[in-house]
Amino acid sequence: MNGEPEVHEEFESRLKAYEGRPAAATGVGRDPVNEPMIRHWCEAMGDTNPAYTGPDAIAPPTMLQAWTMAGLSRRPERTAAYDELLGLLDESGHDAVVATDCEQEYLRLLRPGDEITFDSVIESVSGRKTTKLGPGYFVTTRTDIRAGGELAGTHRFRILKYAPARRPQPPRERRPRPVVNRDNAGFWEGVARHELLIQRCTGCGTLRFPWLPGCNSCGCAEWDTVEASGEGTVYSYVVMHHPPFPAFEPPYTVGLIELAEGVRIISNVVEVPYDKVRVGMPVRLCFRRYDDELVLPVFQGVTR
Amino acid sequence: MNTGDRLPPLEIPITRTLIVAGAIASRDYQDVHHDPESARQKGSPDIFMNILTTNGLVGRYVTDHFGPRAELRRVAIRLGAPNHPGDTMVLTGTVEEVDGDTATVRVAGTNGIGKHVTGTVTVRVPG
Repeated sequence: MNGEPEVHEEFESRLKAYEGRPAAATGVGRDPVNEPMIRHWCEAMGDTNPAYTGPDAIAPPTMLQAWTMAGLSRRPERTAAYDELLGLLDESGHDAVVATDCEQEYLRLLRPGDEITFDSVIESVSGRKTTKLGPGYFVTTRTDIRAGGELAGTHRFRILKYAPARRPQPPRERRPRPVVNRDNAGFWEGVARHELLIQRCTGCGTLRFPWLPGCNSCGCAEWDTVEASGEGTVYSYVVMHHPPFPAFEPPYTVGLIELAEGVRIISNVVEVPYDKVRVGMPVRLCFRRYDDELVLPVFQGVTR
Repeated sequence: MNTGDRLPPLEIPITRTLIVAGAIASRDYQDVHHDPESARQKGSPDIFMNILTTNGLVGRYVTDHFGPRAELRRVAIRLGAPNHPGDTMVLTGTVEEVDGDTATVRVAGTNGIGKHVTGTVTVRVPG
């Protein structure tokens, strides 16, 4: 994601659509509140508060989030919506994460034996921000944490998903240039205006794509164009894993897209994880800038 | 407990051990908190302290001062300059407001590169 402001705006509105959706649906703490974890925490923090030891021990309130952490295990409570949101950010290069804000309210003390459950909602997704670490997006979640079903605390958490500014970068290869000739120049002129043009035979009305000098149905050499609506479905696809070509970062998806108008076009399917692309998946045209002179029509997944 | 009271500063040496121990105690296995090479890949010069550890240290700083009867009600922090190994963070605090037995304390933690943390802590200290 770099270059044109309208590309960012389009991406931002896709991210914004996740606001208000659940991030975790009734997660269960991996362990009930327990003395060993409290002891490990206090040792690490150098916290010798006697309230955290002995028969009437309470857990340090600031451990609130720790009781919800998955550690190295799977996160069954995490919703598809949250996975998708993080996936979109990862896939667009904002794959590094740092926590920036934590606001906790403690409503009830937690004690060893308390069983923890929690629900989380995606509260907000910021617009694109420039930070010292690199450009990124702030994602804020709010989690209600319950002990024995009773609200024990709330936890608002903000992370920055960013594209590292200082990542060691190999020299950037440019994508191959399209071969433009008099038979297809009109197509590339359309792309420059962010229009995907389909040829139409003025003899018999048959649509054709890719562009050709004459009609395959009636042989007529006269044609005009219609602009594609941009709606389509994945007719077929391959995922490129190997070999890697300069300027392409595998794995990526090459799709044969059937446009709503009936013709098919080969292009990349973007902003959908490569292993989530499926035949029949609805997609929508967008124009992506790859460098200062190359803009290509590509297709992104549509949530219906 | 009065508005304007200053808490004595607390110096915390930021060791690699503290960063890793805090990450594990909070079950946070993000590689940037224990794996220097991964941290560098993500644009950071070294590993850095996770937010849960900072949160725990801020809580400890306030309860150390007000004593074992103090009850934390709210801790809200924002992170700035990261805590890398070899640095020292100095926590300072000022009582900003007192309402009966409840105080709001403004806390800041400064390290060698800037402000690591700023935040407010609401604490009840039963009389």
